[in-house]
Amino acid sequence: MSSLVLPILVPLSTAAILMLAPKRPLLQRWIALTGSVVLLASAIALFDRVNTGGIQVIQIGGWPAPFGISLVADLLAAMLVVAVGVVGVAVTAAAFAGVDPRREAFGYHPLLQILLMGVAGAFLTGDLFNLYVFFEVMLVASFVLMALHRTSAQVEAAFKYVTINLIASSIFLTALGLLYGAAGTLNMADLAHVWPTMSTPGIDIVLAVLFLIAFSIKAGLFPLFFWLPASYHTPPAAIGAAFAGLLTKVGVYALIRTFTLLFHSASPMLFTLLLTMSVATMVIGLVAALNERDFRRILSFNLVAHIGYTTAGLSLFTPLALAGAIFYILHHIVVITNLFLVSGVLLRLRRTTDIAGLGGLYRSQPVFAVLAMIPIFSLAVVPPLSGFLGKLAIVEGTFAAGAYWVGGAVLVVGLLTLLSMARAWSDAFWRPPEGTRDMTTPGPALLATIAVLSLITIGMTFAAEPLFDLASRSSHQLLHRDEYVRAVLGGTR
Amino acid sequence: MEVLLALAAGVLYAAGIYLLLRRKFAQIIIGLGLLSNGTNLLIFTAGGLTRGGPPVIPEGSMELVPPYADPVPQALVLTAIVIGFGLLAFALVLAHRVHETLGTDDVDEVGRER
Repeated sequence: MSSLVLPILVPLSTAAILMLAPKRPLLQRWIALTGSVVLLASAIALFDRVNTGGIQVIQIGGWPAPFGISLVADLLAAMLVVAVGVVGVAVTAAAFAGVDPRREAFGYHPLLQILLMGVAGAFLTGDLFNLYVFFEVMLVASFVLMALHRTSAQVEAAFKYVTINLIASSIFLTALGLLYGAAGTLNMADLAHVWPTMSTPGIDIVLAVLFLIAFSIKAGLFPLFFWLPASYHTPPAAIGAAFAGLLTKVGVYALIRTFTLLFHSASPMLFTLLLTMSVATMVIGLVAALNERDFRRILSFNLVAHIGYTTAGLSLFTPLALAGAIFYILHHIVVITNLFLVSGVLLRLRRTTDIAGLGGLYRSQPVFAVLAMIPIFSLAVVPPLSGFLGKLAIVEGTFAAGAYWVGGAVLVVGLLTLLSMARAWSDAFWRPPEGTRDMTTPGPALLATIAVLSLITIGMTFAAEPLFDLASRSSHQLLHRDEYVRAVLGGTR
Repeated sequence: MEVLLALAAGVLYAAGIYLLLRRKFAQIIIGLGLLSNGTNLLIFTAGGLTRGGPPVIPEGSMELVPPYADPVPQALVLTAIVIGFGLLAFALVLAHRVHETLGTDDVDEVGRER
């Protein structure tokens, strides 16, 4: 029972402890790392309970379900919380390679923990208003992390990021107000139970589109993604890694949750809209990525494009496509976090991530070059790495659902990703250097983190079958709401 | 009363969105403030208005007798006001910092800087 609260409580306590040692960076790093490891352990314990014992529910304060706030962990939420733990450990471990001292003095570590808490809370909550609150917790932490600097590009990016996210929050809140007015409850399970009987087609589609807009901004879907590549390349690499790995996934998760629980019987137009947006996101994101000459901006656009895969899987709404999307989300969290850490090494070595300033790294840093190959080619869906398996599942799902043009688009975009990532790798590592030398060493802490994340990627390849089995079970759980509703509403455990 | 409040919320949304489309930071921030207050008013109105019926069980009685106001929208609005206030304060400080760093309060100028 308490295992449900721990993934939220642990980062909160870690942040509180961190605030007691503001002037001692090394101590802070160790506390943060310990906290993240404990978070990961508690997440794994929770996952184990959900995996063996079914959906776990706790009613906060003992108030029965529709009245109080419920925390719910189904398979999807539990797997994502484990991913939060992995990213948390990776990002805090990467801090040992050095953080800008000003940032570290102004609350880098506690804010990162608060961010993890917000993300874990958003995954675990069973109440839509509570989801809004956790969104805000996560956003405020990300705002401060992003704005903790004074270079002009960084403040400019921070202002864009803050404004667009505040607008998205307002839209989300508007939808919540209207939904409460129409349904009289915001508990997700209760909504899933009562909404199909009381919604009228008019209010249903209005609410669905409001949620779609709000979450698409957060997830970075076309035509609402332009803020993302404009801001994610400016903060230091470790922060970029946490943002890229987790924040957009929360938007995707919220889309999956609301669409499977509330709007599953909404007009098919809605799903066509989401599908069109997803395909446009993939294609436009990658075309833009090919046009970029900065490693981190290339990554940002690739991140956007691949979010399209996951939402395409959701919008087809078949068990196979949704399972593919879930598998892809898990793979993508690990790989994109890893790639942003790779960009951190590039930044250390050459003080830039512009392709023009890179090159020759294969000769000067052979170990790093080989390590970096794993996430780069996993993102580029080279078989047999985990990206390939995730995409295969999505493509199979689209073909099985008869959406051949979506499957085709996924395949073309996969080819373009390969082109984009192969070019990035050869430009950064293979090309002869143009007079630039490495300023320093890659930092053993960063290299070790990248190595471990790469190992996880490889591990996900070998464990593909049990992992895909999990994704299938999770997609089954999502599409058969009764189990979720019964777990939350039936009795107070 | 509902119509009046709905209109007020609509006006706040319209004014907020108009200001968000302006170029000055200060106007954008005031726009965000109007938008969040419009949302608060909307939650309050959409939740249903009841006059003079506190949701409190009277002395000696065992249950609540209608008409009583639904306390949940009020709790939601209260939370949203606090969050909105905090975010607005942060946005103000950030705008101040942008102005300090870039020496301009015009969105277009900021884009040209790079």
